[in-house]
Amino acid sequence: MIIRGDEPEQIRLLKKLYRPGNYFMQGNEAVAYGALFAGCRFYAGYPITPSSEIAETMARELPKLRGYYLQMEDEIGSIAAMIGASWTGFKVMTATAGPGFSLMQENLGYAVMTETPLVLVDVQRSGPSTGQATKGAQGDFFQARWGTHGDHPIVAVSPVSVEDAFWETVRAFNIAEKLRTPVIVLFDGVIAHTREQIRIPDPEDVEITYRRLPENEEEAKLPFGDPCGDGVPPMPLFGHGYFTHVTGSTHKENGLRDVYTPEVHDRLVRRIHRKIESHEEEIQKWEEYFTEDMDILIISWGVSARPSLGAVLRAREEGIKAGLFVPKTVHPFPGKRVRELLKGVRAVLVPEMNLGQLILEVQRYADDVPLRGVNKIGGVPLRVDEILREIRGVA
Amino acid sequence: MYLKSAYEIRNKYLRKDMLPTIFCPGCGIGSALQYTLRAIDDLKLNPDEIVWVSGIGCSSRVPGFVNFDGLHTTHGRALAFATGIKLANPDLKIIAFMGDGDAAAIGGNHFIHAIRRNLDVTVILINNFTYGMTGGQVAPTALKGLKGTTAPYGQFENPFDIAQLAVAAGANYVARWSVFNYLQGINSIKKALQKEGFSLVEFLSPCPVSFGRRNRMKTAPELLRWYQKITVPLAKAKKMPPEELEGKIVIGEFADRDRPGLAREYEEYKKRAKKMMGWEG
Repeated sequence: MIIRGDEPEQIRLLKKLYRPGNYFMQGNEAVAYGALFAGCRFYAGYPITPSSEIAETMARELPKLRGYYLQMEDEIGSIAAMIGASWTGFKVMTATAGPGFSLMQENLGYAVMTETPLVLVDVQRSGPSTGQATKGAQGDFFQARWGTHGDHPIVAVSPVSVEDAFWETVRAFNIAEKLRTPVIVLFDGVIAHTREQIRIPDPEDVEITYRRLPENEEEAKLPFGDPCGDGVPPMPLFGHGYFTHVTGSTHKENGLRDVYTPEVHDRLVRRIHRKIESHEEEIQKWEEYFTEDMDILIISWGVSARPSLGAVLRAREEGIKAGLFVPKTVHPFPGKRVRELLKGVRAVLVPEMNLGQLILEVQRYADDVPLRGVNKIGGVPLRVDEILREIRGVA
Repeated sequence: MYLKSAYEIRNKYLRKDMLPTIFCPGCGIGSALQYTLRAIDDLKLNPDEIVWVSGIGCSSRVPGFVNFDGLHTTHGRALAFATGIKLANPDLKIIAFMGDGDAAAIGGNHFIHAIRRNLDVTVILINNFTYGMTGGQVAPTALKGLKGTTAPYGQFENPFDIAQLAVAAGANYVARWSVFNYLQGINSIKKALQKEGFSLVEFLSPCPVSFGRRNRMKTAPELLRWYQKITVPLAKAKKMPPEELEGKIVIGEFADRDRPGLAREYEEYKKRAKKMMGWEG
């Protein structure tokens, strides 16, 4: 496993199995390879369209890398098994789609509360309910944010291409490990099944992060405290003789349950929030196109960012000053940057494959700029001309 | 054998800052916990290599009281969490404390699949026919006619026989006792802890406060006497006609076999894959 100490052997295996170079592959496969390069050696999942190729790739590749693949009885069990494995020191992942993501919400909250690093890939498909199971969509923006109950922070990243899927998965693992938190990859069924060129890197060129382990007895006694001062406690793993108690109930810094003292709950939940908020700048990532001089700003994410870029390029050809902002980290949303960009902009368009979700997040930062959604549902991605028409409309 | 005092066991294995426990007077969970700790003590198992897992409910609070690695998880999901722990670190021994609602209702699917996989885990199942923590709602193990806050006129559904379910799903070791049968209980737990694969020891356990009170058995002694009345040892049950067994609960050892556990099966699987594909070590 790529756990501290075994890197040379793992890098040798990775190099031997996956020669660096250009490949033609599906978004789902890229996610799987990204996970393998990031050091994921445990996968528990349940088959669901359009995510199944991730499970299939992991089932095929993980045993070669001395990893573990497990097909669980349902999505609830999948995320549970991952959390168990994560507490023994593994980097863990699962992939699912909307309905499975709904089932995982209970234990996603458990992972937030117990500060368990894991990566959860949601290959968004058209809903609600079974909807158009085989078609892509972007309808889980807020399920990712508020799907589990109670106050909680969440980190979600969203790739825009097959190559991006590889690197965003690596980044998701690094954030999860660094901040001891679950991270969601908000992928979509369109890119998941799109085949594109991707460059598989040399494993030595992939920067990977490991979770902090306790350095002494004292740190190990505070698995939910803040001995390092940055809100991220070191993680005492099971079997290391620390007798760590982990519970989803409100717990003190030493892990023992205390649900009766208001201050204990306040301290715990606020620290879990602070842990993410204080690292926002490291977590956030976005792309900008033509934003230095623009009248119209397009804000789009995931698959819809691609026709949006096409539309912006066409608009520029027509002399319309359009710019594009693509958040790669969608939660926490890079609102500060959006607020800066909105100064002096006449109109904002938000193209997405839903009836308006990202636009609600943008709205929080748009004080007096008119916003307009460019929404499409039905399982077919937005086209350049559909977005261009809207741009002309506000130009 | 078992000559150590309860105080000695308590001081050795419990987290003092978590005491007293939440268990009501007359509750049987403490007894089952003591049997388990005595079994661990007797077998001289290394506490560093044991992880306790549980879901939600009175019995699921046990990992919080014992001084071991422990994972107190979501309702019914303990065995799914355990699957990840065991597969990722096969050196660990896993003990799951579960209630009847936890294992047979909300966690029923995880329960049967953990058994099907022959997950290496020892389940100590506290069966008190009720949801004690939430105040005495009827559980899927409640015999017909028993009352609960949500079955005020008596349960009308059929009960689950958890031990038989485990036998049918393929568990390596299955035993059922009432907490009254303490010697058999400890011996069964010792056997279970030494088994590869899935082992289950089910305890009929008194809950006078949430269950007994609503069924005209307000105290633990009354409940224990009732257990003596309704339980039939396996050897005797085999000779009884089915109609006489109606409303009775059979106790004893129901399965004792040695099929390979999940952790070993996975290592074999990796070896097979290696051979099939000609990968190097």
